[in-house]
Amino acid sequence: MVFNKNAVHSALFLLLSMTMIAGLYVLLNAQFIAVAQIMVYAGAIVVLILFVVMLLGAELGETIPSWLTVRNGVMVLLALIFLTVSGTSVYDWLYSTQPITGAVTDELIAQQGSAELVGQSLFTEYLLPFELASVLLLVGIVGVVMLGGWRFVQHRQRGE
Amino acid sequence: MDWIQSLLIPVVYSVILVVMLLTGFAYLSLVERKLVARFTMRFGPNRAGPFGLLQPVADALKMMFKEELLPTHADKWVYLLAPMLAISTAIIGWAVFPLTSHGLSLLGYTIPPILADVNVGLLYVAAVTSIGSYAVVLAGWASDNKYSLLGALRASAQLVSYELPMGLTLVAVILVTGTMSMTKIIQFQVDHAWLIVLQPIAFIIFFVTGLAESNRSPFDLPETENELVSGFMTEYGGIRFASFAMGEYIHVITFSALTAILFLGGWSGPGADSVPFLGLLYFFIKTAVMIFTVIWVRASVPRVRYDQLMRFCWKFLMPLALLNLVVTAIVIAL
Amino acid sequence: MINKIFGGSYQILRAMGVTLKYLFKKPVTNQFPDEPVLVYPRFRGRHVLKRHDNGLEKCIGCALCAAACPTQCIRVEAAENTEENRRSPGERYADVYEINMLRCIFCGYCAEACPTGAIVLEHDFALAEYDRWDAIYTQDRLLEPHEPKYIQIRDDEVFVPQESWRVTK
Repeated sequence: MVFNKNAVHSALFLLLSMTMIAGLYVLLNAQFIAVAQIMVYAGAIVVLILFVVMLLGAELGETIPSWLTVRNGVMVLLALIFLTVSGTSVYDWLYSTQPITGAVTDELIAQQGSAELVGQSLFTEYLLPFELASVLLLVGIVGVVMLGGWRFVQHRQRGE
Repeated sequence: MDWIQSLLIPVVYSVILVVMLLTGFAYLSLVERKLVARFTMRFGPNRAGPFGLLQPVADALKMMFKEELLPTHADKWVYLLAPMLAISTAIIGWAVFPLTSHGLSLLGYTIPPILADVNVGLLYVAAVTSIGSYAVVLAGWASDNKYSLLGALRASAQLVSYELPMGLTLVAVILVTGTMSMTKIIQFQVDHAWLIVLQPIAFIIFFVTGLAESNRSPFDLPETENELVSGFMTEYGGIRFASFAMGEYIHVITFSALTAILFLGGWSGPGADSVPFLGLLYFFIKTAVMIFTVIWVRASVPRVRYDQLMRFCWKFLMPLALLNLVVTAIVIAL
Repeated sequence: MINKIFGGSYQILRAMGVTLKYLFKKPVTNQFPDEPVLVYPRFRGRHVLKRHDNGLEKCIGCALCAAACPTQCIRVEAAENTEENRRSPGERYADVYEINMLRCIFCGYCAEACPTGAIVLEHDFALAEYDRWDAIYTQDRLLEPHEPKYIQIRDDEVFVPQESWRVTK
């Protein structure tokens, strides 16, 4: 997936994993976040990535390096699994965390609908990060306009 | 037997729904040809069977037995994936459409009026629609053809653009009804009034964007025959070409049903509360009226140019939808 | 701006009104094989070789039609009439008369060149064949009678005499 030679295929796998994450959200009873995940990431962002890849003609990247074989990949995967399992147990042993219990339960979601919950926490508890993110996006938009079209607009105003 | 209620009935339900949509597609193509013909004082297909009723069968047979070609430099898997995406994204929206008022009891089991009553049904439909643009992009890219790629870029730009005003009208609907669940939206309309009365501007914008989303005339630029040789479908033939047509027609059905649910009250009507069958009938009639309107528009309005299309979306529909949203919000806050 | 929006909407609604009006009109389509097609008397369609009233062929095998044909699609081979085998009133008759319909441009020069009025471009227009060789029409297919059921000659043609051409616009 990540090592795929064809960039469009990689983008498609990205789309697949976005959709799978949405599936995980559904299993966690967070339907609103799942749908938002599909709408935003799968529906908009990956389309843009695909556009860029197609328009730049960058479908075929570099060739796969020789050390990247299936055997090595499986070895790395196994090592990662081992590390995760052992790391988790060590972490548990060190800090002995409890499962998080909070206000958000299945009953509450069923009662209120997850959209209300998300909205409430966004606009009360996480108001500052939310607003900061929107300002960041605004800065991004202004920057793109500056980089992309400002000179063109000036030229047009001068009648060139 | 719990598994019958929890597994068998939904599976049978969805199979029936899919089969209905697929045959509905076939006959919608016939109805459209017939109607457009009558709009232009012709007869339309009337040779295969009585009144041309076997025409879809003949078309399907012809499409199925055509040779399937794969362009030499096409990306095989993506090329095969695109038509499947086109159909499936059009179909799966139906999972959250309530067909009638309440379930039907049969031998102690209830047949639900809706396959999945999720509380974000409206957003789910919007999300599924947004996936639909992939079919177009991938088809155009995988065919390895300049015209296809150009058509695909146009099409996907159109789809992504028109999603925004459509989403804004959906937000207006959510604001008025206060819910995203399809059943509750219809219940709201039963209690108060049809949303076409409360939100006429949203209805018009939704209708126009729906035409653009399902690639219908006058926004059928992606498949313009004359300048882009059918756009992203150039390299497709046989059953895969038919799949794209199928996707388009099922999109029309889905979109018409969605309009019927959101703005025309879905199953609501006199007597529908007590008799589920009547609700189903009303729903179908409303959907049929919307489909007729779509075909009617196709027969009347000429195709727009690409720059007109984009300007119309960004400079007219977007501000109008935003204005509608703001006004709705203010009215509701008061 | 407002004017433009309402004007445009009005125009679209008007267009839809027009199409709706036509939805309830009778289709003008001619159901070709089932219903007869109306053709004008001077319509130039498929050739027919005429006969005299007594059944003899008008064609005398002079091949002037072949000479006049701009695409050279007519082939005529003449033969002498005998007492036992008399097919035309004159000395000679056309033993072979073939028209290649794939080449014919239906200009009607053959009919103009014919001294006896034997070849006439009549009203049949359904000339499709399943085999290319069948498009070469032989004498037995060209000879009268040839009156397809699906053709009806209309009687409402207005004939304007040549003298009055200058007067009419």
